[in-house]
Amino acid sequence: MTQFMGYARPDKSVGVRNHLLVLAPIDCSFEPAKKIAAQVEGAVAITQYHGCGSDSVLVHNLVGTALNPNVAAVLVLGLGCETLTVDTVADSVRPSGKPVETLVIQQEGGTLKTQEKALRILQRWAQEVAEFRPEPFPIRKLTLAVECGGSDATSGLAANPAVGVACDKLIDEGGTVIFSEPQEMIGTQHILARRAVSKQVADEIYKMIDQDEERLKAIGVDSRWMSAGNIDGGLTTIEEKSLGAIRKGGTRPIQGVLQNNWERFDHPTRHGLWLQDGTGWDVPSVTHMVAAGAQVVCFTSGQGSTTGHAIAPVIKITGNPVTYNQMEDNMDINAGTILDGSESLKSVGQRIYETVLDTCNGKKTKAEALGYKDYIVFCRSRAAEHILGHC
Amino acid sequence: MVKKAIQIDEKDNVATTTGELDAGEELEVISPDGKVILKPKVSEPIPFGHKLAIRPIAKDENIVKYGEIIGVATQPIESGAWVNTHNVGSARMPTRGKEEGIL
Repeated sequence: MTQFMGYARPDKSVGVRNHLLVLAPIDCSFEPAKKIAAQVEGAVAITQYHGCGSDSVLVHNLVGTALNPNVAAVLVLGLGCETLTVDTVADSVRPSGKPVETLVIQQEGGTLKTQEKALRILQRWAQEVAEFRPEPFPIRKLTLAVECGGSDATSGLAANPAVGVACDKLIDEGGTVIFSEPQEMIGTQHILARRAVSKQVADEIYKMIDQDEERLKAIGVDSRWMSAGNIDGGLTTIEEKSLGAIRKGGTRPIQGVLQNNWERFDHPTRHGLWLQDGTGWDVPSVTHMVAAGAQVVCFTSGQGSTTGHAIAPVIKITGNPVTYNQMEDNMDINAGTILDGSESLKSVGQRIYETVLDTCNGKKTKAEALGYKDYIVFCRSRAAEHILGHC
Repeated sequence: MVKKAIQIDEKDNVATTTGELDAGEELEVISPDGKVILKPKVSEPIPFGHKLAIRPIAKDENIVKYGEIIGVATQPIESGAWVNTHNVGSARMPTRGKEEGIL
């Protein structure tokens, strides 16, 4: 049986990295948080940019990130007068059993005093996690997120189907896969619904994609329209266009829709393929899937991308051999070998699967080696959603 | 090197070109596991990233790519012929609740 090396957390989840998270619930404390994190090995700072509220979508995603098994310990660093308090965040993370501390700049008396305390906490944690030894775990403890961005004609032809092969293999070994970007699924509702494990899940798939169509319609965009450029590029129908994107999730049954809204933020409850409600915007889409528990990410890009993530390794794959040669600093895997027949779709899929395992086992992605720590929480306009009747 | 077209799923009746094709040019169609499954006669120029039929397709027959129905043939299509909006019907918009196979 295939296994991967990971770090057991008190809540029985398994991390593939040991990040120390410095979580600023409000951007007011983010500059100090970044400076503090920069000084300690393995520490990384995150925040959200939606103002001084306690909007539940933001709380869900920040807390979800802190709960992700790739995070070994959490320091919540607030300013003091923010609506979303450090205690609200910390109290949601504590049941996981991982170490959690809070610091409030207004109470400590400025950033320098806060910084000293913060550095002492993080320094101690950095020494402690350095002693952690990875152990072997079955694939059922692993969740992979898949994403695409900067697509071109090779995306639907090579990179996405090859990642799909890796997803099928991971699921067949007992693993879990999350994919999102509902805007790119428009026109394939019926195809995805047919793959749902139940009528209820099929209805949830329709609802999620239909709502994205309604959002586009509200701003005058007919999302089912095929441009002359699409057709000249070889795409005949909207189904074909969307299938090229959704194929990156593979072909297995869809277990459910992970809600990501003001009422609910879901995590996968059993192994298999899951759809997450979200955005087609790359970094937030990855952020939300990692907040739902993904420990590792596969990201396909025809034109090339630099994207990484604050706490999860992002493996970048291109189906375009020219892009691979030009952007080898950023792209981890060349799936362009499919185009000249030198490698089959299935063997590239196997190579991606093996790279996912190697990455879990400690191999650094190119984005990690360059220190890229992308993190953005996306939040829809609640007023607009209310007007559309979505909430 | 002989130009290639890729069959993405074993169920597909079309393959996608990975280069520009001229009429009469040699072509190999590669299956998902890397086998050459067809060396069709290319009867017309086909642009990069476009589809060609890898077996004869009757009028009203489904066009299958990614193992799924992406459209319907509006006329008979010969093996090796270019497949696009000139011989495939516009997308059938999904109608809620009428799909087959939902549990």
